[in-house]
Amino acid sequence: MNPHFVQRMGFVLLTLISLVVVIPILLVMGVIAVRGAQIISVEFLTAMPRQGMTEGGILPAIVGTLLLTLGTALVALPIGVGGGIYLAEYARDSLFTRTIRLAIVNLASIPSVVYGLFGLGAFVLFLQFGTSILAGSLTLAIMTLPVIMSTTEEALRAVPVEFRTVSASLGGTKWQGIRHVVLPQALPGIITGVILGLLRVAGETAPILFTAAAFYLPRLPQSVFDETMALPYHLYVISTQVPGMPLDVQYGTAFVLLVFVLSLNIVASLIRSHFRRKREW
Amino acid sequence: MVTKIHIEGLTYKYGDKEALHDVSLDVEANSITVFFGPAAGGKTTLLRLINRLNDSVENTSMTGRILLNGQDIYSCRIDVPELRRRVGMVFALPLPLPGTVRGNVLYGPKLAGISDRARLDALLVRSLSQAALWEEVRDRLDAPASELSGGQQQRLCIARSLALEPEVLLLDEPASGLDPLSTAKVERSLIELKEQYTIILVPHNVQQAARMADWAAFFLMGELVEYGRGEQVFTNARDQRTEDYVTGRFG
Repeated sequence: MNPHFVQRMGFVLLTLISLVVVIPILLVMGVIAVRGAQIISVEFLTAMPRQGMTEGGILPAIVGTLLLTLGTALVALPIGVGGGIYLAEYARDSLFTRTIRLAIVNLASIPSVVYGLFGLGAFVLFLQFGTSILAGSLTLAIMTLPVIMSTTEEALRAVPVEFRTVSASLGGTKWQGIRHVVLPQALPGIITGVILGLLRVAGETAPILFTAAAFYLPRLPQSVFDETMALPYHLYVISTQVPGMPLDVQYGTAFVLLVFVLSLNIVASLIRSHFRRKREW
Repeated sequence: MVTKIHIEGLTYKYGDKEALHDVSLDVEANSITVFFGPAAGGKTTLLRLINRLNDSVENTSMTGRILLNGQDIYSCRIDVPELRRRVGMVFALPLPLPGTVRGNVLYGPKLAGISDRARLDALLVRSLSQAALWEEVRDRLDAPASELSGGQQQRLCIARSLALEPEVLLLDEPASGLDPLSTAKVERSLIELKEQYTIILVPHNVQQAARMADWAAFFLMGELVEYGRGEQVFTNARDQRTEDYVTGRFG
């Protein structure tokens, strides 16, 4: 066969294959946007649900998801970033650090429903937090830790070792070098990692199923020990558990969740590209 | 001669590979001592040992002693960051820290705990002037250091080390990658600086070594082949290998 023809065919084939990735995303977003956008109104976003959730708004679910995400960030950020700093800057290769790395890899591959059950056992029952925002946030935090920890480690490792040497040569201690020279440069990568980690759990249903989520609770949570509605769980409920639910309420809820997750994603990309342009190496 | 640094029987290994073999030499205070020779001779390793920058390199072993003002710098009583303030280092590739010109120069002093503004300003002006950079950057002290030219960045790195008022200044090929004009500026400021500092220089070629050396040490494959007054080493070498290298027969 003519090699030019083979080359062209290969090119066309590979292009088509990569399109396969794009099509489902565009379809999902398109369908949800078109069908969900119609119901979006001030009332839908700011009112309590009424009539067995078939009318009114989804405010408590929106607030619940925001609070759960915030709580997750508060717990996972210091632990994840701290652990990432340890792994990248201080850990030497030993049985101890290999155990940590093994734990990270394994945590990342545990099914989310298992996290939910763990949270139920550990936080809801054993620590007696009850089904609550606190228990849910802790569960989600554990789930997102591996992502935050490993992206922090990668971001720190991407900063050339010479910067640490320069800081040391100017009389800086190891921590001063990390604090003043390495961390600022790794920060965009760390922030991106944290957001992506939060993104992943913001849309999760299974981990909050037993730990935080309320089926139908038309009021806003008053404390971290309250249970709460949340967008992913609400979507699950109105799609499968409530007969006669209007389709546009389902699509509307999916649309809001999608917009929330996508906007976090866009923020992460903006931060990344903004700092990449300013980077000096 | 006043001995600033005394190196005695120094052998250093990376794993099984010997980088320095039984090196002994005395560095005179307030002079420029040049460590020269072909690549992989152990010059950079020796520099990094003098301010303990190799401490963080794993799987290495060292025998012998390095004394600064008669004090063993590898003694456990030495505060390493403090030692590095006394023994400054300038690297082959200028690497400004992220941030402004001012931030770069004052990085060391601030970490050392100096917070008095007047004192910091004085250090800033003095060290930039000593590095022959003040006139060029006086109007953009708060500009990002990365906007300076390569030659200016290298002088900034020298100023950054000088801001700590060290006793010894180690320079590892500070003129590699610089144009001749910048090189001349750097060399001129080094010659002025030796009034106050003890300077050890790894030059980037033999010509620079010959121009700058009060004392010259020729390193070959981890061995100190010859050490003596600059003019003697470059015009009348005692060792055939030094002679061959200096006259360009190998290298």
